[in-house]
Amino acid sequence: MAEPITTALKRTPLHGLHLRLGAKMVPFAGWEMPVQYGLGVMKEHLHTRAAAGLFDVSHMGQVILRPRSGRVEDAAAALERLVPVDLLGLKEGRQRYAMFTDAAGGILDDLMVANRGDHLFVVVNAARAEHDIAHMRAHLSDACEIEVIADRALLALQGPAAEVVLGGIAHGAATMRFMDVGIFHVGGAELWVSRSGYTGEDGYEISVPADKAVGLAGVLLARPEVEAIGLGARDSLRLEAGLCLYGADIDTTTTPVEADLAWAIQKARRAGGAREGGFPGAPRILRDLADGPARRRVGLLPEGRAPMRGETLLFAAEEGGEPVGRVTSGGFGPSVDRPIAMGYVAAALAAPGTRLWGEVRGKRLPAAVAELPFRPNTYKR
Amino acid sequence: MKFTEEHEWLRPEGDIVTVGITTHAAEQLGDIVFVELPEAGRSVSKGDEVVVIESVKAASDILAPLDGEIVEVNPALTDNPALVNEDAMGGAWFFKMRPANMADVDGYMDEAAYQAMIG
Repeated sequence: MAEPITTALKRTPLHGLHLRLGAKMVPFAGWEMPVQYGLGVMKEHLHTRAAAGLFDVSHMGQVILRPRSGRVEDAAAALERLVPVDLLGLKEGRQRYAMFTDAAGGILDDLMVANRGDHLFVVVNAARAEHDIAHMRAHLSDACEIEVIADRALLALQGPAAEVVLGGIAHGAATMRFMDVGIFHVGGAELWVSRSGYTGEDGYEISVPADKAVGLAGVLLARPEVEAIGLGARDSLRLEAGLCLYGADIDTTTTPVEADLAWAIQKARRAGGAREGGFPGAPRILRDLADGPARRRVGLLPEGRAPMRGETLLFAAEEGGEPVGRVTSGGFGPSVDRPIAMGYVAAALAAPGTRLWGEVRGKRLPAAVAELPFRPNTYKR
Repeated sequence: MKFTEEHEWLRPEGDIVTVGITTHAAEQLGDIVFVELPEAGRSVSKGDEVVVIESVKAASDILAPLDGEIVEVNPALTDNPALVNEDAMGGAWFFKMRPANMADVDGYMDEAAYQAMIG
């Protein structure tokens, strides 16, 4: 088969709504997405932290792994072959962060996995959806039907007012805890809700049938607490929250331990655990866990006002020497009102407070290694 | 006042030209969080990158519109980069320069031509 010759951007079910709201639309991972609305990135960011923001994240891939045996633990055991995460220990109604690893221990994508009783529900990054679906089909088809959900939108409602807003229309949503998942019936629509997000705020991700998405978004946006928020603020929010962006902060050249994601590798999959290893790249990842990685993802606080963007090279001294690391995401944090960045540095230089220099436009500017997140997350645990 | 295709405005007064960016450009850039200005006294050639503007999203360069010397920069922008969003055509000027050849200013667009360009 020849490659398709057209590269038309895909549109989410909310495309028309974005245009009516005056969004500036940009190409993103093959989709036409709103990067900002009338408020602009700064105000959208601050509004999300002060009240609530509604994000269209329908470009992300939604997939159901339905066990052929009918037993969800068979789907969990199968998916455990691809991720260093304890999924057999994931209880019904709960969600967990995971990453697909490759044979070298690199990260193929990061994802969310929910146990929904008789199947697993998986959400993957838009840019990796095609890859991930092929990857799961190749490796899980013996145990699972891989159902790509193409007839649902995905919304994220994030911020301190998210609970009162969603709780007002979805009875019981307010009492969910961080990383709980549940099904709610609202206005004739079956909503698949998780209490999670990508902003560091309390909030929800809501899978909604495509033909009900505009109606739901309208109900949420009618609340005075809620503003539509674009991908620009989504990126500054997740950066302040210390969350990784696939393709920038994590990729096949970074292992989960280097990426400071060891917290996502539960005891059962570690050395001496009940199901030690058994995922791609296990020797490398278990070695990183045992010996400590040679480099580590850290936060960086530039001392001045100049942002340090991705790809900025980091040095241990103001002059001379070879690079000791590299910024992978960087910009301005509206809530912390200063430039912030994340990057990889040699393990010996990863202690908070370590002074490094980032080379910005030919000049080395000082930056201190900092704890992540840059501001405390407000999840409802 | 004259305008460049790079969305800069040029205001000549005597032998000095004040340079800033247009309101349209500031809107396109979004919220400005950092402005890096050149040193006064620097000799520049047309097309040199003389100012860096960083929005929340990205960094952009402002090019010298003329050959000449930078004689003054706007200190207000260092303390308050958001001034570019608030008053692009006035208080948020970037620098004043003494052009090598004042007549070069005449080669740029007038306001009507600029408005036609941005539609």
